[in-house]
Amino acid sequence: MKLAWHVAPLLASAALALPLGACAGEASPRVTVAVAPAPSSSAPGVLLPPEAFAGISDVHARSLALYGEAAKVIASPRCQNCHPADSSPRQREANEMHDPPVARGPEDEGVPGARCTSCHQDTNLELARVPGAPKWHLAPLEMAWLGKSTAAICKQMKDPTRNGGKSLAQIVDHVTHDELVGWGWHPGADRIPAPGTQKDFGRIVAAWVDTGAACPEESR
Amino acid sequence: MIRFRLNGTDQALDVDPEMPLLWVVRDVVGLTGTKYGCGQALCGACTVHVDGEAVRACVTPIRRAENRSVTTIEGLSSDGSHPLQKAWLELEVPQCGFCQAGQIMTAAALLAKNARPSDADIEQSMSGNLCRCGTYNRIRLAVKKAAGT
Repeated sequence: MKLAWHVAPLLASAALALPLGACAGEASPRVTVAVAPAPSSSAPGVLLPPEAFAGISDVHARSLALYGEAAKVIASPRCQNCHPADSSPRQREANEMHDPPVARGPEDEGVPGARCTSCHQDTNLELARVPGAPKWHLAPLEMAWLGKSTAAICKQMKDPTRNGGKSLAQIVDHVTHDELVGWGWHPGADRIPAPGTQKDFGRIVAAWVDTGAACPEESR
Repeated sequence: MIRFRLNGTDQALDVDPEMPLLWVVRDVVGLTGTKYGCGQALCGACTVHVDGEAVRACVTPIRRAENRSVTTIEGLSSDGSHPLQKAWLELEVPQCGFCQAGQIMTAAALLAKNARPSDADIEQSMSGNLCRCGTYNRIRLAVKKAAGT
């Protein structure tokens, strides 16, 4: 019997009842969001625009507040899962180990025979539920975020030795335009997108940079 | 019309660009050595090569193979003389055999890049290829034998 390619993954999914990328709907227990004075609390999934912070007259305080807003995105599993501090990417809402098991490889693109793009395509596969975007790969080890506080990630983002050799202007461009970063807001299946939009995030990060790119202290 | 090279032969097929490569090689071209396992890139049974890189044919749209070279188990060698195929026979690796084409194609991609892989290298590269008969020990031995280690 031949299976039609349009429906085969659905049949396989029903038959095998595999736990495929199901979102647990639970925030990561490993991420500590640095708290900065925000003008008002925003609902989950919402990112306030930079204009919402204009009322904070102290520039340093405004910069901290802007980073606090950006940290909602940085703490999202859609971003953290591809910034692990070890060899394995993560998946789902609680940063579970990648299933099937895979390895980072020397260029952060997998290993021979099991490269990231052996399975991940340039777009999400809705039926097979495999997420995809152009140049699917892990962030380099020196850019690891998982397990770190957003305060620590803030300092890391400003450090060219740990941010991919980028200037702050390049960081703004990267988060605003990179297609793989942009996947975080279009994750497909029932994955929870990062808050706001990529454009919103880019504006918040740009405003943070323009106000001095202040980083919060580690909370005790 | 999608043009690509399949096991050394030029192909020009009028197929949906989003049709997975597995359906193209099995149902359109008629090469059934590559198997359908899960349809979700989770088991590795459908592994083939696109320009030498192992890919899961069940989730790879044929457009990705356009103007590129695809190799299936039928094209690994014309007479079963690839070192992996010989090692597979010599060590009687398969049990039911369903996953073995994918296992061999992943191993071939590994050996093409790493001629003398360690046990850890083999484990990392092969970990996404499932064998429900549990022939993993023989698979590892056959890969090492093919590599001459």
